[in-house]
Amino acid sequence: MQNNVMDYLDKIVNKVPDKMAYSNGEESLTFKEVYDQSRSVASYIHNKGIYREPVIIFMNKHPKTISSFFGVIESGCYYVPIDEEMPQTRIDLILETCKSRLIICDNETIKKAREFQYKCELKTYDDMINTPVDAEALKCIREKALDIDPIYIVFTSGSTGVPKGVAACHRSVIDYVEQLSDTLGFNENTVFANQTPLYFDACLKEIYPTIMFGATTYIVPKQLFMTPVRLVEYLNQYKVNTICWVVSALTMISAFGTFDVVKPMYLKTIAFGSEVFPLRQFRLWKSVLPQASFTNLYGPTEGTGMCCYFHVDREIEEGEPIPIGRPFKNTEILLLNSQDKPAGEGEEGEICIRGTSVTLGYYNNPEKTREAYVQNPLNTAYPEIIYRTGDLGMYNKHGELVFVSRKDYQIKHMGHRIELGEIESNVNLIDEVKICACIFEEEKAKIVLYYVGTIEAGELTSRLKEKLPRYMLPNYVEQLEEMMFTANGKIDRVGLKKKYKERRKRK
Amino acid sequence: MEEIREEVLEILEELHPDVDYEREQALIDDKILDSFDIVSLISEIKDAFDVTISADKIVPENFNSLDAICTLVQELSEED
Repeated sequence: MQNNVMDYLDKIVNKVPDKMAYSNGEESLTFKEVYDQSRSVASYIHNKGIYREPVIIFMNKHPKTISSFFGVIESGCYYVPIDEEMPQTRIDLILETCKSRLIICDNETIKKAREFQYKCELKTYDDMINTPVDAEALKCIREKALDIDPIYIVFTSGSTGVPKGVAACHRSVIDYVEQLSDTLGFNENTVFANQTPLYFDACLKEIYPTIMFGATTYIVPKQLFMTPVRLVEYLNQYKVNTICWVVSALTMISAFGTFDVVKPMYLKTIAFGSEVFPLRQFRLWKSVLPQASFTNLYGPTEGTGMCCYFHVDREIEEGEPIPIGRPFKNTEILLLNSQDKPAGEGEEGEICIRGTSVTLGYYNNPEKTREAYVQNPLNTAYPEIIYRTGDLGMYNKHGELVFVSRKDYQIKHMGHRIELGEIESNVNLIDEVKICACIFEEEKAKIVLYYVGTIEAGELTSRLKEKLPRYMLPNYVEQLEEMMFTANGKIDRVGLKKKYKERRKRK
Repeated sequence: MEEIREEVLEILEELHPDVDYEREQALIDDKILDSFDIVSLISEIKDAFDVTISADKIVPENFNSLDAICTLVQELSEED
């Protein structure tokens, strides 16, 4: 039985050594190169005596970054990707949480890494791949590896202002990759175009099926997502047939009439997720690619990427959300009502995940782990952990699972998962701010911040930039004389939302 | 043109209040605006001026500066 994700690479390198595995259009790596280089990286890490601990990867989006992930896994460690786009405060928090002894950089990022307050060894990937491979040691590491050992930690928004590091193991990733590939029909002819950042779990969808089947992944340059025509031309140039993108990336193409100028010629499989696909945009895609398969995916990072799917193969009614459908094989969704009992017919319940896809928990954060990774309330006989997503769902008349809303202040914005509480915590850290409230206006998809204090809105935003990633920055910031409260003294979020809407109307 | 300029500036400032739009000449090339900003910007411009920016106009050259954006809006309004 396969118990290590690197078995995929071992197998495929013998089958298609010279095929291109990962490319950004300009630079690429074959499976043989990925194999050799990752084993050198692993040998370097082994020589340093680093084993079964986190290794930070601080590299720009590049085929080599993926190869470095594999190198870390091959060494028996787990990778923690960080990125230049992350603000310094967030990077510092991640470094402090992981206390890694090694940061793998590229020739550019190493300059920035030298300025980190956190000190440990810094080494470039290009230096590491000159390390002679210690085959004997790597074999020994592999033999001792268990499928419950972690392979990565990715950080996601946390409501208290501290990001949470989700750790996932071989077994969860193998399960996910196999089920996803089965569901979407990946094979050796699949040509992926990766859109999502490499520092989240979303990129698992391309990275691992590539080594599983000997497929090819193109890492799309980020700037292309600003120029929809060039983006579609890129897909055509490289004969991309499969994309798993966030909804906003797809919408960005369809909403601006790109299809009037250029159509994707080779796309056959389109999977989307993270947000609700507006029906009008979905129909535009469908009309341009009537033969392609469209699949809605749903799942939290804590459930190893995605855990539910819906093939959109029936007419969706006006005003009906595209369902999230049903769980992948080997995963169960429990819909629990407020009494922790299975929700009845037509009743809303919290979506809870049961199965191998449930990840290990939040790294170095037992309190937060205990809140969300809990004993299955339906099972009192033996220990069994389920993950409570905090998402509310229900079954529609077709028996398909539908996402309804969040239980708390978590939102999805441009494909990113954001806790409004994390934004508020960071605003409250600014001395000149007395009180603040962050709301999300769904219609226009705007993060709106109201605050009371002695600081200008522009200055406040500049200060926030040091603390929060760009996608978490409020789109609109307004200073108030007094905060709005409800009768029982809570911040009046409904009132604030109304206030923002009225302001827009006046314009 | 003055009116357009004021309105565009207001939209831009709402996106990122801390950017000096009068001075910046490489909003896209220097990654001051990202792809999601462009998406909001285009839909805001559509609402404000009732002009549709078609996909082939969405290229960095048209969005690198306040002037470039205003020129684009101006041209599009004249077309209608």
